[in-house]
Amino acid sequence: MTPTDVAVQEQQTSARGQRVVNDFSIQVATVNGSGSQTANLVLLRSILLMGVPVSGKNMFPSNIAGLPTWYTIRASKDGYIGRKKEVDFLVAMNPETAKEDVLTLDAGAAVVYDEPLRLKELRNDLIFYPVPFDKLVAPVCPDAKLRRLVRNMIYDGILAKLLGIELPLMEKALGKQLGKKAKAVTLNTAALKAGWDYAEAHFTKQDPFWIERMSAAIGKILVEGNTAAAIGCMMAGVTVVAWYPITPSSSLADAFASYCKRLRHDPATGKAKYAIVQGEDELASIGIVIGASWNGARAFTATSGPGISLMTEFIGLSYFAEVPAVIMNVQRAGPSTGMPTRTQQCDIIACAYASHGDTKHVLLFPEDPAEAFEFAAQAFDLAERLQTTIFLMLDLDIGMNHRLCRPLRWDDARQYDRGKIMTAEMLEEGRDFGRYLDIDGDGIPYRTYPGTHPTKGSYFTRGTSRDRYARYSEEGPVYADNMQRLVRKFETAQDMVPRPLQANAAKPTKYGVIYFGSTAPAMDEAIGLLEEHGHLLDRMRVRAFPFHSSVASFIADHDFVYVVEQNRDSQLRSLIVNENGIDPVRLIPIVHYDGTPITARFIAKAIGDHQDHLKVTPLRKAVS
Amino acid sequence: MTYIAKPKFHHPALKKNALGFTHRDYEGKISTLCAGCGHDSITASIIEACYELSIEPHRVAKISGIGCSSKTPDYFLGNSHGFNSVHGRMPSVLTGANLANRDLIYLGVSGDGDSASIGFGQFAHSIRRGVNMTYIVENNGVYGLTKGQFSATADRGSRSKKGVLNTDNAIDLVAIALQLGATYVARSFSGDKTQLVPLIAGAIQHKGAAFIDVISPCVAFNNHAGSTKSFDYVREHNDAVNRLDVITGRDPITVDYAPGTVQVVEQHDGTKLALRKIDADYDAHDRVGAMAFLAKHAAKGQIVTGLLYVDPESEDLHSHLNTVDAPLNSLEAEDLCPGSATLDKINASLR
Repeated sequence: MTPTDVAVQEQQTSARGQRVVNDFSIQVATVNGSGSQTANLVLLRSILLMGVPVSGKNMFPSNIAGLPTWYTIRASKDGYIGRKKEVDFLVAMNPETAKEDVLTLDAGAAVVYDEPLRLKELRNDLIFYPVPFDKLVAPVCPDAKLRRLVRNMIYDGILAKLLGIELPLMEKALGKQLGKKAKAVTLNTAALKAGWDYAEAHFTKQDPFWIERMSAAIGKILVEGNTAAAIGCMMAGVTVVAWYPITPSSSLADAFASYCKRLRHDPATGKAKYAIVQGEDELASIGIVIGASWNGARAFTATSGPGISLMTEFIGLSYFAEVPAVIMNVQRAGPSTGMPTRTQQCDIIACAYASHGDTKHVLLFPEDPAEAFEFAAQAFDLAERLQTTIFLMLDLDIGMNHRLCRPLRWDDARQYDRGKIMTAEMLEEGRDFGRYLDIDGDGIPYRTYPGTHPTKGSYFTRGTSRDRYARYSEEGPVYADNMQRLVRKFETAQDMVPRPLQANAAKPTKYGVIYFGSTAPAMDEAIGLLEEHGHLLDRMRVRAFPFHSSVASFIADHDFVYVVEQNRDSQLRSLIVNENGIDPVRLIPIVHYDGTPITARFIAKAIGDHQDHLKVTPLRKAVS
Repeated sequence: MTYIAKPKFHHPALKKNALGFTHRDYEGKISTLCAGCGHDSITASIIEACYELSIEPHRVAKISGIGCSSKTPDYFLGNSHGFNSVHGRMPSVLTGANLANRDLIYLGVSGDGDSASIGFGQFAHSIRRGVNMTYIVENNGVYGLTKGQFSATADRGSRSKKGVLNTDNAIDLVAIALQLGATYVARSFSGDKTQLVPLIAGAIQHKGAAFIDVISPCVAFNNHAGSTKSFDYVREHNDAVNRLDVITGRDPITVDYAPGTVQVVEQHDGTKLALRKIDADYDAHDRVGAMAFLAKHAAKGQIVTGLLYVDPESEDLHSHLNTVDAPLNSLEAEDLCPGSATLDKINASLR
């Protein structure tokens, strides 16, 4: 048996009669804009309320309404929340894709479908549950205009009955989703019940899939990374936000606005302790962020690849004039417009070296929403301490999908690190102020806020070369002195950014794997799959650039290190090679870049194949 | 840019303003622009206006883009923070700075290439947002630092120093500013200090987006026959609609004009703008009328100068966003961070 065969084999068999509990995936195929998102989130949350680890992934088109969309929910008793490609339970609501959706299922899968689609005739190795949705929706929703939205809730009722999800928990999830909209709650509750009743009266359970109460997910939260990052920004004291709408980052600015609306208004006057400007483009957005940060406010912009391209001139100014800025880059598949609603980790090089001339920027790589929250808050401390741009490298998979993660935590004793600020008092004491003077030897100079002192501490911020006292200069040694200090500052950054996390295999091994960001859940699962078949790997999750020295030593300690990432050109690997002078042959690229989130099986197969043959030639594997 | 600082000493009898500052306290480094450059005259007018208004120099933030005009903030208000940013992007940097601290005075200095060509979008959007600022365009119709190419304000039919004919239509930033809702719009000429100084002073006192287009001949590349931005051309075609006097409370100026020829405008901070009308038909409170007047005179080849429009009821971006009175950059963690108990509630809502 080759490792590939092993990896592809299911963890559980779906043979009839054998119960498959809390370990399968459900896919709902609908039409974009049909209001299925509410029904899908209610289903997702109800499974979470049963205490079962769960994750949801939305595969949607770049379109407002009318094109196919798939929502995949994965329940995993072992807590694996990465994407799983294979579907066990299909809800086929879209006539356009129903046939193909059914034909691609593995034998033994179950299908709930809209009766008129007559899908039962297509296969005889699946379990079919036909539902007359239109007949069921009419009595519960007299208003014909609302039926299109309400009918989706019927499949939730059907699934609750078939899978054993407790109806009161689903109703609770519905209440959470719809909040105070009483009419909508009544209508949808009736639709849930109608689905449940229909399933009870007409179906005999034939499939093996069950959701049963457990405690693995208790205490965890289900949140999108964009929301979590926005909350981090609010906690970190951001007061100015400028942004330009772009998928998949828009919901980050929206979430910031919505939390601030609730929590950041002066109770006495009703006035806002924040300012949000929707810029006319990404250039203006980053310009506003730089202006605000220069003037002592914490500010960020949220964008995606095309926005980064537009911002690069300003990013160079931030680097060279040393003005703090925080950019939330929710990556999507590029280049150019690429696939705006698909995920990738494809802006690593573009961000690490953004702008003309010699530049280097700090990148943070959160693995999930909880870390997106923490790193978002930390980004402002880093930006002000290092007086430069900090990128929070999210992606569509983390940003826009509901992920199960640990609760968000804040230590009330935590102080904001505002960096090296020379105050009026310090200037009065006669402290030597040179805007670009490295007093402490860490490459980081002091800055003053505009308006600090009537006669001391003012300076002219510029993107042109200047001396340590901010005086214009085109002298070669003066320029080089400044550029060298910037290198020193970047070295200082190495020990400030989140360190890589290393986990070693149970036994010593010559092989390692480096990965980062949204690949983490799939990697965690893949390690298990590989170990089952004797492939032991030490692993290191890189969490920031500049790389900590432990990255180079990890590579030195192993014969080969796989670098798993979600882009075509193995950009993180290139960055590691370039920054650490590593022999590229020792880093084996494992890349996945078709726009879907990477899966455990893809990683296990790719690494397994390489391990099996132990060839040193790079694997350029196509789509999973 | 210059690295030559001006000597600090001055005559002990030099006149002082209400705060005890002399003109010298509002100066910056020595200009490196060409001798006779219109921009240096504008610099002098900015210094004069700030002196007359008795502004504390360090309470001004001067922000610019790239170009000859954008270098000038280094030549005035040496005790102010300055930001020479990116070509065409002064408005966004200024907007951000203003959002962070509403208590400072924001002086945006730009040129015609910076604002009408590469930065036309940022110019437009900062005006529409009503950012509280004085936005000065030092308008000479050419790119000086790159040696004389046309900018977007160069008139169609004008000739460059090399003899090239400009066939593109000109952008009139004043007309655009009026259309976009600027609440203080003026045009002047760098060579007319008497007109320009009070226009700058009035703009600084104005709450909202104040825009001044200052025609400023480029002695190196746009001061020849065939140019419509030369000293001679502008002097011949200048059609001033009014003369402005800025009356601050502490320094009352006796206004002695014939009845019916003075329009008095009271701004938010109590200063009064007294407009001596030169053109009896001109009403500086009428935005639509101003736009029509401009268009009519432009067709005749006349350059209308003066305070063209002012809205005494103006608002700024902070009022639109309903931000707190304290500068946002002065808020501390206790004002901004809702704390762990609130975060726990957020966590509960996500289960």
